[in-house]
Amino acid sequence: MNIITLDSIYYLLGIIVAFVAIRVLLDKNHPTRIGSFLFWGIFAATFLFGQWMPPIAVGYLVLIMVIIASFGKVKAGKEKELKKEERESHAERLKGKIFLPAILIPVITVIGTLTLGKIHFGDVQIVDPKNVTLISLGISTIIAYIAAQILTKAKASVPMQESSRLMQAIGWAIILPQMLSALGGIFSTAGVGKVVSEIVGDLLPTNYAFVAVVAYCLGMTLFTMIMGNAFAAFAVITGGIGLPLIVHMHGGNPAIMAALGMFAGYCGTLMTPMAANFNIVPAMLLNLKNKNAVIQAQVPIAIPLMIANMLLMYFLVYHF
Amino acid sequence: MIKLIGILIVAIGFGFRLNTLLVVMLAGIVTGLVSGFSFNDVLTQFGQIFIDNRYMSLPIILTLPVIGILERYGLKERAESLIKKAKAATAGRVMLSYLIIRELSAALGLNIGGHAQTVRPLVAPMAEGAAAAKHGELSEEVKEDIKAHAAASENVGWFFGEDIFIATGAILLMKGFYDSVGVDVSVWDMALWGIPTAITALLLSWWRFSLLDKRIQKASGAGKSNDSKKTTA
Repeated sequence: MNIITLDSIYYLLGIIVAFVAIRVLLDKNHPTRIGSFLFWGIFAATFLFGQWMPPIAVGYLVLIMVIIASFGKVKAGKEKELKKEERESHAERLKGKIFLPAILIPVITVIGTLTLGKIHFGDVQIVDPKNVTLISLGISTIIAYIAAQILTKAKASVPMQESSRLMQAIGWAIILPQMLSALGGIFSTAGVGKVVSEIVGDLLPTNYAFVAVVAYCLGMTLFTMIMGNAFAAFAVITGGIGLPLIVHMHGGNPAIMAALGMFAGYCGTLMTPMAANFNIVPAMLLNLKNKNAVIQAQVPIAIPLMIANMLLMYFLVYHF
Repeated sequence: MIKLIGILIVAIGFGFRLNTLLVVMLAGIVTGLVSGFSFNDVLTQFGQIFIDNRYMSLPIILTLPVIGILERYGLKERAESLIKKAKAATAGRVMLSYLIIRELSAALGLNIGGHAQTVRPLVAPMAEGAAAAKHGELSEEVKEDIKAHAAASENVGWFFGEDIFIATGAILLMKGFYDSVGVDVSVWDMALWGIPTAITALLLSWWRFSLLDKRIQKASGAGKSNDSKKTTA
């Protein structure tokens, strides 16, 4: 038995998103009032009722969200931001104290992660031990939120208004990470990975030990770019290229191969819009005009890193 | 081969700048259909994975209310004015420091940070503040450049630090995979052999951040010399 599970945190998320939907509905000047209300309302419902709904119902709801978004009916409202002068005068008054709630989030998350999983009364766990980090993050944001309210003496409507403004600025891209993992899941049940590893194996002379390393690393990078997720690529490419060629044919060290293979995948993550939660959502969150700006900043790091990592694998995997 | 049609749809869709959600859903549906699933099968799978992966949206949605209040009460402005007091600070050095802290703490198994938790409220404003303290008002392009690199410092630091700790998802996933195919490996081996690449990632980012500092200097320097030319002409 667990007292706090991930579902408890999802209810909290559902309430936060539901407030966005309600604010949109009450905003008579909203450019896409009905579409935005439906989009945020459905998204809130997936958090509040997700674990009871049959998956097919969720699938159709997601389809509706996608259709609303592709007709351009999910736009940001005109929630006003406080003027810079006013923000600066608040900053002057509160001084360094303003950092306190922001720092509470990581500090309490770490403390919670290290301790909460171990606390139990007989069979009753305080938190679900499988999801300690996410639950600790949830608890830390609640405490930070209370601290921020006390410190700033803001009206209760302020956090709702601000989170509605910030979330609408991100817009429909907020569900992109979940959508891309669904696409990745369909790719893997359809056997896309097997096809890719067969093509790589056929095209390259993998009887050379060096070529086997190149094929595995490139396979990890490219397949991660397609899937947007190195974890999804790992099982497919390691099973299809790494194990048969590097370990079985050339006698490489499987631990080194896996560690550096995952890094080859991460180089791919740095370069693909499919990894939306790392590359696209942050661009929206930082109000960047160019949605690919984060990827463009990362490509010059990722390519040399990928090559260095590949050479490291070649020198290490066959010698240790 | 026909199963790769989804990849083609994604490439074409992104190329024509169609709505990304539409492209992704279409690619999934078409791939499912050509692989012999029914339309309802595909939507069931979309629904199931959407629900299973709700945790992906968790950090952003949860932190927005807190960050929202704090930003309204001057968090960014305070972060900027604080960094202006540090004479040696540049945008690149701020981001390099963050990357080092992020990578080291991740290597010790601590997850302190994230785009919503630290980059938007602290790292990006501090980097901008450091650049503004040296070069005055920054142009929009320079600000974009700085923010994009701030997001990059978070990604690189987290990705390449995380795998050095034995109890992270990545290492456990590799261990689980090898267990399932009957290969015996030690988690410590997988974690420690990652260190050379993790250091390389740090050095490459250092190089990119120092180039960014030079670009910022050039952009502001060029602006000033243009002005002086105008006055002489």
